[in-house]
Amino acid sequence: MATTDITIDTRTAPPPPASKAAAGAPSLILGEHSLCPGCGEPVALRLLLETLQDLDVVHRSIGVVGHGCYGSFVRIMDVDVLQCLHGRAPSCATGIKRMRPDSVVFTLQGDGDMVNEGLQEILHSAARGENITCILLNNGVFGDTGGQQTATTVLGQRTKTSLEGRNAEQHGYPIPIADMVASLQGSGYVARGAVSTPAAVAKTKRMIKRAVQSQLDGNGLSLVEILTMCPTGWFVPAAEGADYQGSSMEPVYPIGELKSPEPQTQEAVHA
Amino acid sequence: MTLELLQGSVAITRAALAADCKFFAGYPMSPFTPLLEAMSREMADASGVCINAESEIEGANMALGASAAGFRAATGSCGQGIALMQETIAEAALNETPLVVFNMARNQQDYYQCTRGGGWGDYRTITLAPKDITEAVEHTQLLFHLADKHRAPVILYGDDLLAKTLVGVDVAPLDLPELPAKDWALDGSASGTGSSRQVWTFAMGKKNDPGPGPDGQWRRVAAKFAEIEQVEARHETVHAEDAETLVVAFGSAAKFAEYVVEELREEGHRVGLFRPITLWPFPGAALAEATRGVERVLVFELNAGQMIDDVRQWAHDRDTIRFIGGVSIDESGLAFGPLLDAPVIRERILAEHAEHAEPAAAVPTARS
Repeated sequence: MATTDITIDTRTAPPPPASKAAAGAPSLILGEHSLCPGCGEPVALRLLLETLQDLDVVHRSIGVVGHGCYGSFVRIMDVDVLQCLHGRAPSCATGIKRMRPDSVVFTLQGDGDMVNEGLQEILHSAARGENITCILLNNGVFGDTGGQQTATTVLGQRTKTSLEGRNAEQHGYPIPIADMVASLQGSGYVARGAVSTPAAVAKTKRMIKRAVQSQLDGNGLSLVEILTMCPTGWFVPAAEGADYQGSSMEPVYPIGELKSPEPQTQEAVHA
Repeated sequence: MTLELLQGSVAITRAALAADCKFFAGYPMSPFTPLLEAMSREMADASGVCINAESEIEGANMALGASAAGFRAATGSCGQGIALMQETIAEAALNETPLVVFNMARNQQDYYQCTRGGGWGDYRTITLAPKDITEAVEHTQLLFHLADKHRAPVILYGDDLLAKTLVGVDVAPLDLPELPAKDWALDGSASGTGSSRQVWTFAMGKKNDPGPGPDGQWRRVAAKFAEIEQVEARHETVHAEDAETLVVAFGSAAKFAEYVVEELREEGHRVGLFRPITLWPFPGAALAEATRGVERVLVFELNAGQMIDDVRQWAHDRDTIRFIGGVSIDESGLAFGPLLDAPVIRERILAEHAEHAEPAAAVPTARS
């Protein structure tokens, strides 16, 4: 049930590109999102929902969503969903998954949600080996409240609470949460992706698929950290989000798989 | 009826399992710890799950998740740990997830916490305060029923005595009315159908099926608690009909006060007891009625005076109210102090009662 398969019909004229893209939207999306132009989060949502369809697990999927801009996704995702308290999604997901082990349980959290308020919840849930999939939308800033510093804000990044740029002396260092989770025995699959280029989108989708498959295989907690553009919170023009991310965030948060049940070659990840 | 010698925490655990509790998560803290240990021992055999959570905040949210998935779930702690759970308790009230919370308290200083709550928003928590373990076994089962019936968080106000005392007890399943199926619960089956479910405090619904939104949801929840207040209040009176002096006490303190009241009755003193069984809803109308003919109302609680606020709100004549309780904690800080003892309570009641009343001839006693 892949939604991205495109059959090329040479007998008729191809449809205009825009209509092809529109028709490709996963049917689990109930309507338009309300986030800013250039935001990376809707792309990540789309990849997640497509994956549930690709793996044919939609009718047993339950989402647990934290607090941030992506919180509004609970209105447009056709998935049973618990909108939980800030930071607590992995704990709520633990309760759901333990009671319904046959379901596919995922969390959707931002960096403020997972790495600031909910650092304890994600680490303990990973250490317990909870068989859930956590999706971190990391833009290094509190987008929903207008651009303040989070625990993943990179050094030098300007935010409304670090106007001259984050400096280690005053604000400390960013937390590489994916590395921390990967270091715990209870995690089964950990990867860091991005949605800033078509290649990154394709690669990140494969990561999400492997993360959910890891849950289906019972390998413990899986985490996909996705770097998501936030031009509004970064105070750059919408079209420059991807470049800013590439130059400021990716050197600190390198893209790739950090932990996998069966280590893949680079070719397999890029395949 | 066959009595089995059980520790209070084990009896409460068995009662929870009899009520089909399938999930428990908690963080060790005296005197709640034996309840967590008992749950941990007994839950697996009942094909349930017990998690030794890494914090009270995590434990409460795990239980909320399990309940949102449609299963009877509980958490617990004592005062300080329950303080950490307040955000979750308020959330469960506002997003309407049933949740049973065992407060195996160190004393009676959590009355405000249980009845007023420390979370945000217009919500209340039904709180049952059993006077002994036999009643705690009933209350535990009743609480799971009430939590589901009203889709709300509820609290058992226990204490050190209820948690640790060994008593002969019969954990008989209560016969409670059947409740509607939890069609709101999340199981994933509605995903992708166009009518997927949502549990959300702001209740905005889905794009294709808008919900009431925060204004509508919070008005509805507030109205629900106003309705619960009218129907769920419970109380007990002992020798209240002809009492000149009415003692008001709850939980274990009421058990001791009841003993003293019986003793004084046998000696001819017209003394009675009013015991709120639900701390919220406070049985105010019943208290107003019970205090109509009395000359003095003595409030005995093991704190600096918390329930007395509710007594003042409802007693027939506020000028008749005297406080005879007080803060009393043992040396460890984890359990009741010397004030919870019959001779002390007797002395305090008589100091108020005998000052005004002569011992009367023995009168026939009846319990209502």
